[in-house]
Amino acid sequence: MIATAKPDLVTVNIDGKEIAVPKGTNVIEAARLVNVDVPHYCYHPKLTIVGNCRMCLIEMGMPAVDPATKAPIMDPATGKQKINWIPRPQIGCGTNVSPGLHVRTTTPMVKDAREGVMEFLLINHPLDCPICDQAGECKLQEQATGYGRGYSRFIEDKNVKPKRTQLGPRVTLDDERCILCSRCIRFSKEIAKDDVLGFVDRGSYSTLTCFPGKKLENNYSLNTVDICPVGALTSTDFRFKMRVWFLKQTNAIDTESSVGANTVVWSREGTIYRITPRRNDEVNDTWMADSGRVLFKAVQAPDRLSAVKINGTDSAFDIAINAAAELFKANAGAVAVVGSGRSTVEEQFLTKQLATALKASTHLVSRVGEGDKLLVSADRNPNVRGALVTGLISTLPGVKLVDLGAQIDAGKVKVVVTVGEDLAAAGLNAGQLAKISLIVLGTHAKSMDGGAKVVIPTLTAFEKSGTFVNQQFRIQKFLKAVPPMAGATDDLIVLAKLVGAAGGATIPTEVNALWKTIAAAVPALATTTFANLPETGQLLDATPFSALPFVEGETLHYKPAQPVVAAANA
Amino acid sequence: MFDFYFEIPLVIRLFLQGLAVIMVIFPIAGACSMAERKVAAWIQDRPGPNRAVVPWVAWIPFLGTFLQRLGIFHVMADGGKMLFKEDSLPGHVNKFYFVLAPIVAMIPALTTVVVVPFGAYLDAAGKIIPVGLAPLDVGILAVFAVSSLGVYSMILAGWASNSKYPFLGSVRASAQLISYELSMALSVLPVFLWVNAPGMEATMGFGRVVEFQSQPGFLGGMWFGFLMPLSAFIFFVALFAETNRQPFDTVESESDLVGSFHTEYGAFKWGLFFVAEYSHMIVGSGVFMLLFGGGWNPLPWVPLADLVGWLAQITPLASHPLFVGVLSISIFLGKVLAMIFLFMWVRWTLPRFRYDQVMKIGWQRLLPLSIANLLFYAIAIAFIQK
Amino acid sequence: MAVITVERKPLTFLERTYLPQIAGGLKTTLKHLVAPKKTLEYPEQRPAIPTGYRGVPTLVMDPNGREKCVSCQLCEFVCPPKAIRITPGEIPADQPDRAHVEKGPKAFDIDMLRCIYCGLCQEVCPEEAIFLQNQFSMSGYSREEMVNHKDRLYELGGTLPDAHFKWDKKKAAEEHGNAH
Repeated sequence: MIATAKPDLVTVNIDGKEIAVPKGTNVIEAARLVNVDVPHYCYHPKLTIVGNCRMCLIEMGMPAVDPATKAPIMDPATGKQKINWIPRPQIGCGTNVSPGLHVRTTTPMVKDAREGVMEFLLINHPLDCPICDQAGECKLQEQATGYGRGYSRFIEDKNVKPKRTQLGPRVTLDDERCILCSRCIRFSKEIAKDDVLGFVDRGSYSTLTCFPGKKLENNYSLNTVDICPVGALTSTDFRFKMRVWFLKQTNAIDTESSVGANTVVWSREGTIYRITPRRNDEVNDTWMADSGRVLFKAVQAPDRLSAVKINGTDSAFDIAINAAAELFKANAGAVAVVGSGRSTVEEQFLTKQLATALKASTHLVSRVGEGDKLLVSADRNPNVRGALVTGLISTLPGVKLVDLGAQIDAGKVKVVVTVGEDLAAAGLNAGQLAKISLIVLGTHAKSMDGGAKVVIPTLTAFEKSGTFVNQQFRIQKFLKAVPPMAGATDDLIVLAKLVGAAGGATIPTEVNALWKTIAAAVPALATTTFANLPETGQLLDATPFSALPFVEGETLHYKPAQPVVAAANA
Repeated sequence: MFDFYFEIPLVIRLFLQGLAVIMVIFPIAGACSMAERKVAAWIQDRPGPNRAVVPWVAWIPFLGTFLQRLGIFHVMADGGKMLFKEDSLPGHVNKFYFVLAPIVAMIPALTTVVVVPFGAYLDAAGKIIPVGLAPLDVGILAVFAVSSLGVYSMILAGWASNSKYPFLGSVRASAQLISYELSMALSVLPVFLWVNAPGMEATMGFGRVVEFQSQPGFLGGMWFGFLMPLSAFIFFVALFAETNRQPFDTVESESDLVGSFHTEYGAFKWGLFFVAEYSHMIVGSGVFMLLFGGGWNPLPWVPLADLVGWLAQITPLASHPLFVGVLSISIFLGKVLAMIFLFMWVRWTLPRFRYDQVMKIGWQRLLPLSIANLLFYAIAIAFIQK
Repeated sequence: MAVITVERKPLTFLERTYLPQIAGGLKTTLKHLVAPKKTLEYPEQRPAIPTGYRGVPTLVMDPNGREKCVSCQLCEFVCPPKAIRITPGEIPADQPDRAHVEKGPKAFDIDMLRCIYCGLCQEVCPEEAIFLQNQFSMSGYSREEMVNHKDRLYELGGTLPDAHFKWDKKKAAEEHGNAH
């Protein structure tokens, strides 16, 4: 990426620590840089600042100067310039740094202010943490341990507000828990561009609600749940499923499109409970689409393949590999490999090796949808660029497998290996499928599985580690969140065995070891290792592919280099 | 009235007598293991085993409950369990000697009974005739000779088990038995010096010893336990060591030797070792009572003949040989059981000696003491009987 | 630190023979032989359970026979041997007296082979729903039998008096409270 111009730096003093921060940074962010936590509810780094929760109150001051001469006034006691402290606390989120700004966050006044804010916030709070899904990741809980009283002085009746309101198909609202921070309102308005939420009534009766006749049903509605600092907005899908403190967090990548939104997979004992976005300011900020949050349900789907099959009868892995080897031998030169844009870079590399060993033609299945200009791009394959980088394909895949169909019709291809792709759905007709011996690697049952010679169950993206190259040519890694399903084999092992069956060299199947082979074989990835890949990903050189007509339109943090070709779906 | 009995050939008669003795000793030995548990429990303020009961006995009011609370059915339960348990034979043992060892343990335990008289009756002439299987003249020598063989069973068991703790245990057993046998033998010599008075036919049998404790007069009616207290004490201590009873049961000290020579044993073979041990205790107690406790005489200075005489004044039936026999056997058995209780009482009172202490007591204390004791009585008896 | 030298008295002759000590010991044990028994004959005679005893953990109902547990899973979290396993669930709206609680356990299992009777679950419970009561003897023929499921936990727990009626108050506030 083009290096941004170095911003002007401003030196500020926070709790006695001097730090230079870019101009325009607010005090909360500046304090974060010196590891000073300024508690806040309404402030969110990716949303506009409203300053309505008043939790981030801090003490502020500027070095004193003589009004007449502008000469610094020195403090005789310390020998340093005197600081003129503002007698009232200020909000940190709404205050941008200015040269020489002094901030104190630990003084009694700040503590008093925070305790006062907490007491007011908790006055009408139902305190139903035992049944609240937010418990464990609730800002109110966290700050209450630091600034709460431990008991309530409020002897009057608490306000009663609507509970268990369905704001939309995926979001449940408990208004009693709401602290009126308005993050959700701002998100809907500013990010999702779907202005449906607002406050009605005044004072302590203020209530969050949808505008009349509207629902919070856009594809980004669950981000309001993520940013809600309390348990007011909760996910209907995740409601009462599991407490968050039991869940293991695994970094992952959203596979629904080539945006490659960074995610966290929350799982417990091999069961995934939810997926939330992970902040990556270069890709998805702190957001992700709702449609990407339900992908984990595929892991335990009833149509998951769990048994190796040869000609439709259960078999064993080694026997299946031998059967594939025999097919390869008997049909040497007449094998085609259908790779997948959903495979990881590693799998695509091995698919390429398989095709090389078999001297087979390679094909990729295209998936084009409509981009929503935010975090779902037009290319619904997460890793087409990985196939380009690894050399599996050299041009973008056509809409249908026309070439392959023609080759089958011509009798040039008798065996097809498909890595996770449904050939019938991808464009081959029944007659073409009947002519070939099919070797299927896949996670879920597909229409043509019944006629397949060999079916080997493999893993979903949640059960393995790997990398994807997103639309920005950013290679991003994801890690295994849950153990593989019994009966399924890691794609890398299956592919490496098939390469062996095709007479190719032995290739390591453990990700870190495999990356040494990949780095040696693929010049673009020569300096990359899986272990050292940063959490935010690494940009690859896109220039060799700049001439290709990629289908993606503009999305968050992505502008297409080429004008969008009028794709077939248009 | 029992003449028919004496018309049976001698061999069969002796066989029947032997069988009768075994039939008594064996259950008593078994019951002792039960009594041991019960005494242990009482001393430890527990009720002890009191659950097993035979249904139709339980139906008897009071008595059934009493017997159940006493735990006597546990003898049957334990015995039955031992008998019907799977008799496993470890793979690493020397099978022949391993099986032989418990048998060897039983042989001396039951053989020594042969020479020990356990009662008496009055013949037509009013003379006390001891009752025993084979009242040999060698008496005490036979007991010592045969009972020492018992240690071979332990050595066999320990060696055949082919395992280190049993082996160590058996080595300890042989050393301990040899150490205390000396003191034991020396401690009884004064008794036999005394009973083999000049002018009498020499004997090592027990009949004469009891006879000497049944004489009239202060000194005559005095049991040897009072006459030779040190001898009695040494014999008593050595008896504990010989029977491997607490506080001398270093052979079986489970804290350092697991189960010692019977570690590898189970089921009935294991049970036989214990029956043998209790049989040793019974015979040992019997010998002690004969030598130092007046035998079948009911009380010091009250010989059996006097008691029978008094009873005969009440009913003439009392002088019937059968009655006298049963009476004397009961008295003797009662004394033996009291002695066994003493064994148990000591066991649940004293901790075990360390092995070096056992050796030290045996060689450095008891042996010199018994030699001194022998010298003292030898000189004294020489003076008195001159 | 001052050092106090204690003179170790040499043993007298009698003491060195052990005999007086042995006699003393025999006397002591003889006393115990006839002393009243101190043990209980367990299945028939039961020990008196002191207050605060920590027996088998159970779930209790409130005096109106309603489930108190809201499946917050704090006990599951705090349980050191991980004996507790809860599947949370939503209370359906067709239970008018409980629907306002919203959440309740769908399944609640305590593996008594794992439980160490530490009582942390009782201590942590915000709803006073789990109590270690007097039951101390748990046995079964299989591992599965040793897992107390929800039904069994309520059967063991029964009903305990409630000082708070927290959720009833909440419902009353919901119906008659400071509504707008």
